[in-house]
Amino acid sequence: MGILSLLILVPLIGSAVVAFVPASPTRSKQLALAFTVVTFVVAVVAYLQFSPGGEQFQLVESYQWIPALGVTFSLGVDGLGLVLVFLATLLTPLVILAGWNDVEDAQAQNGDSQSEGQVRGYFGLMLLLLAMTLTLFTALDVFLFYFLFEAVLIPVYFMIGRYGVGRRSYAAVKFLVFSLSGGLVMLAGLAVLWYVSAQITGEPTLYLPELIDIDIDPTVQTWIFWAFFIAFAIKAPLWPVTTWLPDAAGSSTPGTAILLIGVLDKLGSFGMLRFCLPLFPDAAESAAPVIIVLSLISIFYGGLIAIGQTDMKRMIGYISISHFGFIILGIFVFTSEGQVGSSFYMLGHGLSTALLFMVVGYMIARRKTSTIAEYHGLSTPTPLLAGMLLFAGLTALALPGMSTFISEFLVLLGSFTRVPWVGAVATLGIILAAVYILLFYQNTMTGKVTEKNKNLKDLNLRERVALAPLVVVVVVLGFYPAPVLNVLNPYVDDVMAQVGATDPPPTVPLATGVQP
Amino acid sequence: MTPSAPVAFPDIQWLQLAPIIVVLGAAAIEVLVEAFAPRTSRRSIQIGLTFAALIVAFAIIVINAGTFQLVVAGSAAVDGPALFLQGAVVLTALLVALLMMERKVDPSGDAFAARASAMPGSEDERQFTARGYLQTEIWPLFLFCTGGMMLFLSANDLLLMFIGLEIMSLPLYLLAGMARRRRLLSQEAAMKYFLLGAFSSAFFLYGAALIYGFAGTVSFGGIADAVVGQSQMSGLLLGGIVLLCVGMFFKVAAVPFHEWAPDVYQGSPTPVTAYMAAGVKVAAFGAFLRLMYVAFGGEAWEWRPAFWVVAILTFFVGAMIGLAQSDIKRMLAYSSIAHAGFLLLGVMAVTPDSLSASMFYLLTYAIATVGAFGIVMLIRDDSGETTSLDAWRGLGRTHPLLATAFTIFLLSFAGIPLTAGFIGKFTLFASSAAAGEGWLVLLAVIASAIAAFFYLRVVVIMFFSDPVGSGPSVATPSWATQTTIVVALIVTVVLGLFPQAVLNIADHADVFVR
Repeated sequence: MGILSLLILVPLIGSAVVAFVPASPTRSKQLALAFTVVTFVVAVVAYLQFSPGGEQFQLVESYQWIPALGVTFSLGVDGLGLVLVFLATLLTPLVILAGWNDVEDAQAQNGDSQSEGQVRGYFGLMLLLLAMTLTLFTALDVFLFYFLFEAVLIPVYFMIGRYGVGRRSYAAVKFLVFSLSGGLVMLAGLAVLWYVSAQITGEPTLYLPELIDIDIDPTVQTWIFWAFFIAFAIKAPLWPVTTWLPDAAGSSTPGTAILLIGVLDKLGSFGMLRFCLPLFPDAAESAAPVIIVLSLISIFYGGLIAIGQTDMKRMIGYISISHFGFIILGIFVFTSEGQVGSSFYMLGHGLSTALLFMVVGYMIARRKTSTIAEYHGLSTPTPLLAGMLLFAGLTALALPGMSTFISEFLVLLGSFTRVPWVGAVATLGIILAAVYILLFYQNTMTGKVTEKNKNLKDLNLRERVALAPLVVVVVVLGFYPAPVLNVLNPYVDDVMAQVGATDPPPTVPLATGVQP
Repeated sequence: MTPSAPVAFPDIQWLQLAPIIVVLGAAAIEVLVEAFAPRTSRRSIQIGLTFAALIVAFAIIVINAGTFQLVVAGSAAVDGPALFLQGAVVLTALLVALLMMERKVDPSGDAFAARASAMPGSEDERQFTARGYLQTEIWPLFLFCTGGMMLFLSANDLLLMFIGLEIMSLPLYLLAGMARRRRLLSQEAAMKYFLLGAFSSAFFLYGAALIYGFAGTVSFGGIADAVVGQSQMSGLLLGGIVLLCVGMFFKVAAVPFHEWAPDVYQGSPTPVTAYMAAGVKVAAFGAFLRLMYVAFGGEAWEWRPAFWVVAILTFFVGAMIGLAQSDIKRMLAYSSIAHAGFLLLGVMAVTPDSLSASMFYLLTYAIATVGAFGIVMLIRDDSGETTSLDAWRGLGRTHPLLATAFTIFLLSFAGIPLTAGFIGKFTLFASSAAAGEGWLVLLAVIASAIAAFFYLRVVVIMFFSDPVGSGPSVATPSWATQTTIVVALIVTVVLGLFPQAVLNIADHADVFVR
């Protein structure tokens, strides 16, 4: 058994243990935390075993699964997969720590009665979600990827519908219907890909490294590309299929929201880079103009609507839509800066979303409401919380010095070198970011504290411990991004080579008089 | 056959035919048991005989695996598809028989009327019920029906196919009218099923007559030769195909011949509904596949456009009207209509891959269906079984295990991974795409997405809705129903995760003998 199987097995076993061992709620939470910490340690070991710049797919394991369909259970990571595994394994323990009382808070918000089984169910599902997410980020067989891409909807559906707040069952169904529709369209594409591979190689295969090497007819490519892309565009929501996300964000517990939006939705952009581009390069290139326009629309749509939100969690949902616009833009401008930027942005967005949702979650835990208007002047009673919200906000608006700055800058740079006007338009999105973040901070934290907020307690030790690692990672990567870029640069070179794209040559002539 | 012997007595391949003979023979013995055994011991004898016959039949099917020949002068086929689907029918029958045995969920007896001949609501009926009578004739009827299914799907000429069709259908018409509760609804269902069924049989026979006029033979091999040998489409052939297909479309409940399904499903006793939804589907599609592959496969490009229309109508109507149902049995009826639409993709593809995919799909669908109806039997109110969706509200809170089991069956119907339904859907769609019907697959996935929505509605009702009043009232079943549900659940999950073994069997059984 390889390290990646171990990585998946630990949370999988953990989910069974947490869900079925009849322990007290506190004990269950401790168990869940322990399992996720072990998973993180395994992920760090995997990172150390990975050699940047080596083979594209490393730590590969492959087992027979359904030979009749040519389907294997194959795992392996490339640079991007590794980074996202790191993100998922880092965030989950912190989410458990930050969301220690998520279930109880949600029950209080809904006016439900307390029941002990709820805690076990919630954290059991969270671990199951982690196991599935890690399998998705490491799956090397397209069938395996699809299998979990659909299956992962089940735990999320119950995490929103059962443990969420407000119109949770509506939000859960909406989430599921959107994702499932996308997934089924992808199924049609998968079926066609399966038989195309059988036609070309003689035996049906969905093993990614083999599929990359085969040339598919451009017309067929276009069909399969769109079938896959629609599924991915719903996941990492791209305008116009975004409407499920604010509802899901608004009705989730903060913990679910982090794992759903911060981690799981990366599957969309990850899938575009991992499957759409290398497998269907011609189709990807011809589809790029449409997708670039849609991602520009997303940037502004998400940003503008975020300004007008009255609910904190929905607002972060819209901010994410705007950020996903940047990520998808960077992928489809076909420059190495753009794609490295997008890959890095996936990490950065995960971190900034987690920070925002955690702090917002702390606010909700104190007041049991997520309406923005309920909060005012919090910097007086809770200065540390206010500071952390400002920090989280600045991460989201990509202030220089934060890791998000580097990624956003790279995406914009990559866009400028390919299509200057796109870069110029996208840059305007940064202004929106400043508006929604600073307005939100101003409305909730500054000014004279209102009566209801006067006696709020500042962050306790558990809450601080959950935030600290994120703050450290964001700042360290903001000044020293090398550990991540070293992994991502060779990865993007591989992808660019598979797509057959090259960076455009510099258009500005060298200054005259300079001897080369 | 020599010209001097006008009617030669054909060789009978006893071993190859044994599964059918055992089942039909046991059914005949059970009729005698009805006549001669004392009332007190009748039920246990019937049940013992039924299970023994089914288990022996299954064992012989396994022994016969690998057989590939025509039997009884070419009128029946014992080949991979026949054996695979006969096996599926017998397994389904075993699970359904367990549901028919159930006596614990209804305080006054099993799911069947104490005396089906008593007028509904009459004093007679009240008395029979009070005395605890049980209608044991259901067992021979059930076995005749099972034997008919097995004959239907291995028939290799039109006449035997018609005989199989009738042996399968007649007992079902009777069984449909025997519900213990809501007797009038049940009798209406039986009447409807009988009249429309008889009508469709007439279509089938007329079609068979036209085909005989065209080919001069009723055997599939002979028809296939005649079809290939001719240069232009004859009116007789086309008319014959259309009429035969109408008969078949009725049996598989394809739109526009589906109207009977919701009413009949709703009115029939639930174990019988389960058998209609699962067993009949397997048998009818088995026969349909053989008819279209063997007899008319050479002419596929001629009849395929009509199948496009019927398939598209079937899966969309099934999925969309299913959305609006408030009764669980009617909802499952529309679900079975939608599934019939997907399976038509396999019928029209005419490739070995599609055949094995269709067989796998049928098996997974049948098992999950029986399991789902097994759970439907348990949700009750004062007047017996209640199938209104409102009664399912909050089931996830009061009976989490039961609700989870039902959810898994629904997910399998919806084709979500981790369940057998997904593997079935993938293989079916992939083989259909490989047969050049990619655009149809795209429409089929859209219909699946719509259908998924109504399956989810039930999940929402079970898990996210608050119980009405004191919550759903769930009867505690005996071991029999529990076994059915658990076995169906295990098969659904195991075939969803590790389908290799069964896919292999289906792959090796993907050619019809001619």
